[in-house]
Amino acid sequence: MSYPPIATQRRSTGIPTGRLAVWWVLASEVVIFGGLLASYLMFRIGHPEWADAAVHTNTWIGAFNTFVLLTSSFTAVLGHQAAERGEGKLAARYLIYTILGAATFVGVKSYEWWYEISHGYTITTNNFWSFYYTAAGLHAAHVIAGAVIMGYIARDAAKNVNLHRVELIGIYWHFVDVVWIFLFPLLYIAK
Amino acid sequence: MADASVTTVEGAVEHHAHEHHGPQGILKYIWSTDHKIIAMQYLFTGLFMGLVGGLMAYVFRMQLAFPGISVPGFGVVSPHEYNALVTNHGSIMIFWVAMPVLIAAFGNFLIPLMVGADDMVFPKINRLSYQVFFVSAVLILASLFVEGGGFGGAWTAYPPLSAQGDYNLSSLGATLWLIAVALEFIAFLLGGINFITTMMNSRAPGMKAYDIPLVCWMIVIASILFMLSVGPLIAGAIMLLFDQTIGTGFFDPARGGDPILWQHLFWFFGHPEVYVVLLPALGITIDIVATFSRKKVFGYKIMLYTVVATGVLSFFVWAHHQFIAGIDPRMANVFMVTTLLISVPIAELCFVVIATLYGGSITLNTPMLWALAFMAEFLLGGVTGIFLGATGADIYLHDTYFVLAHFHYTFFPIAIIGTFAALTYWFPKMFGRMMNDTLGKIHFWGTIIPFNFIFIPLFVLGLGGQHRRIYDFQNFPELAAMQPFRVFATMSLIVMLLFQLVFFYNFIQSLRKGPKAERNPWKANTLEWTTESPPPHGNWPPDQLPRVYRGPYEYAHPDREEDYWPQNLPA
Repeated sequence: MSYPPIATQRRSTGIPTGRLAVWWVLASEVVIFGGLLASYLMFRIGHPEWADAAVHTNTWIGAFNTFVLLTSSFTAVLGHQAAERGEGKLAARYLIYTILGAATFVGVKSYEWWYEISHGYTITTNNFWSFYYTAAGLHAAHVIAGAVIMGYIARDAAKNVNLHRVELIGIYWHFVDVVWIFLFPLLYIAK
Repeated sequence: MADASVTTVEGAVEHHAHEHHGPQGILKYIWSTDHKIIAMQYLFTGLFMGLVGGLMAYVFRMQLAFPGISVPGFGVVSPHEYNALVTNHGSIMIFWVAMPVLIAAFGNFLIPLMVGADDMVFPKINRLSYQVFFVSAVLILASLFVEGGGFGGAWTAYPPLSAQGDYNLSSLGATLWLIAVALEFIAFLLGGINFITTMMNSRAPGMKAYDIPLVCWMIVIASILFMLSVGPLIAGAIMLLFDQTIGTGFFDPARGGDPILWQHLFWFFGHPEVYVVLLPALGITIDIVATFSRKKVFGYKIMLYTVVATGVLSFFVWAHHQFIAGIDPRMANVFMVTTLLISVPIAELCFVVIATLYGGSITLNTPMLWALAFMAEFLLGGVTGIFLGATGADIYLHDTYFVLAHFHYTFFPIAIIGTFAALTYWFPKMFGRMMNDTLGKIHFWGTIIPFNFIFIPLFVLGLGGQHRRIYDFQNFPELAAMQPFRVFATMSLIVMLLFQLVFFYNFIQSLRKGPKAERNPWKANTLEWTTESPPPHGNWPPDQLPRVYRGPYEYAHPDREEDYWPQNLPA
């Protein structure tokens, strides 16, 4: 189809369709992570001995990554503001900063996992480590997917095309951030 | 325009018959973003999978009635094949028949037409949804033919049986099954977001929330229920996949895992899933009943609120599937109360339909017969559910054929009766031709009577203590005596399957030679009947998209000469 349908232009609720859809996507994501984290919590409450395994996670690396991710969310907001003002080039630059934040996050996480795996803490070591790698891995997959989509949106935004999408990826990015805010205390701080 | 609409229909058929009219033509139908073509893709894939699922039932019912026989068309059924057949019959009928046909096919076809839009709001996501679904359908069929055979651990896939190839002896089949189910979920999440946003945001000017036909509301509420319930199972599927492939122990008690956790994750989705497929079928029934009683739906808002209440309650009943799984009896009591509570809104919905019928001028044609049969048969399914919701009775009835018969008295009306009701009602709009009513009625009675003859004996067998998932009952002396019931059920199934030939004959003949359908053959009010049959690409000419002035069920209005009042007519 070469032209978008009339249906796409309508706004019966007054909310732009794209924003509405992103919120529904996030609703479905919330229950995916919610199910995983609720399972982890039930296990953790029933198995106090998991604390012995949790001791080996590196809180400082986790804290650094939390800082990186929060900062990248901040640049995403700045990008949204720039897009609202119609400054596509500036919005694209802020999105690229956010992508750099995502790259740092994934890079640090790779080092962290390499260190842990080389010291014998793998996904099959015990159930704590299984949850650790599954939950953080699912989150990292969301980080990578978001960064790739952000790259496409930044390329368009630099040409002042589809500026409304800067807000949409921003909403998603805040969600990825919030998931990490739950993961960090559950996997790193609770020893 | 007429030309374009004809190719729409043929294209959908051709795509599934794998015939070619040149690559350009076929690509147009595979890569189309038109919601009506995607609806046809879902419909024909779903009907094909329904045929596969029905023939699977034929094979394992033959084994149950005549143990060890060489089943005509299949051969001798081995115990493993028996397990794979019952497992995949269940999975296919729910995930690849009920959902694609009721939600995806009719949701895609009806929502844009009924809200007066030219397409879905995200046509490309819609196309992607079908493509992911198609891959999942190929995978589930392929899983039956890999080394070790198809997965045989029941559609609920309880670990530890499902978690390790050493236990289920079909490691590749089990993994393919799991991936296929997960892909199917993703397809329906993509489709669901489209349904919800289209109904929320793309309504015709003037169409307020209470002017939306109930069937649209039902499909959208079902999509929301699906979206909010499937997440934990997606997480569970990832965990189970890791258990199967890289050797984690989330669900394996031998490695510190918890198999009951899977049951919670599965049924937290599994019970709302019942309402995910029930609601579209119920919405279809309400629309048909209103049209053919020539009466306004009794209590439109009550109906809507009741459905929302049902949806909310459905998140708090899941553990009634686990009464004998060793859960805390105090928790079982809570879930018994919620389970019995949920029968209240469902009973209310039945009464709303009866009240709509009361005093109407009823036309008993084929779609109306299907709609009424849906209510009657689903009622039996609902009432037997109360036995199973009560913990005391469930301890004895759990995992017997009573559960199986109860389940089929709910899902057969939903998936099969609901589908035939919708197909016969919207056939003129979908394909531009009328179906033969006499053949339709023959098919109706030829399906409904054998259906009851299949499952009433299974209630009796269940009460007699016949356990599920058993390959050959001859090894149980006290159960072997009830063999005539099994033979009768199997014979009824064969009769029912044979009567489906009447439907296929009627379908194909009507498609080719049926009388041309006018725009509004049933004199109904909703917007889809204001355009041509079948609707052209874009549904209406771009400058003539409808406006809405009133609700969808203004039949027999006292101020009007005619007994119907289309939504788009200015006052």
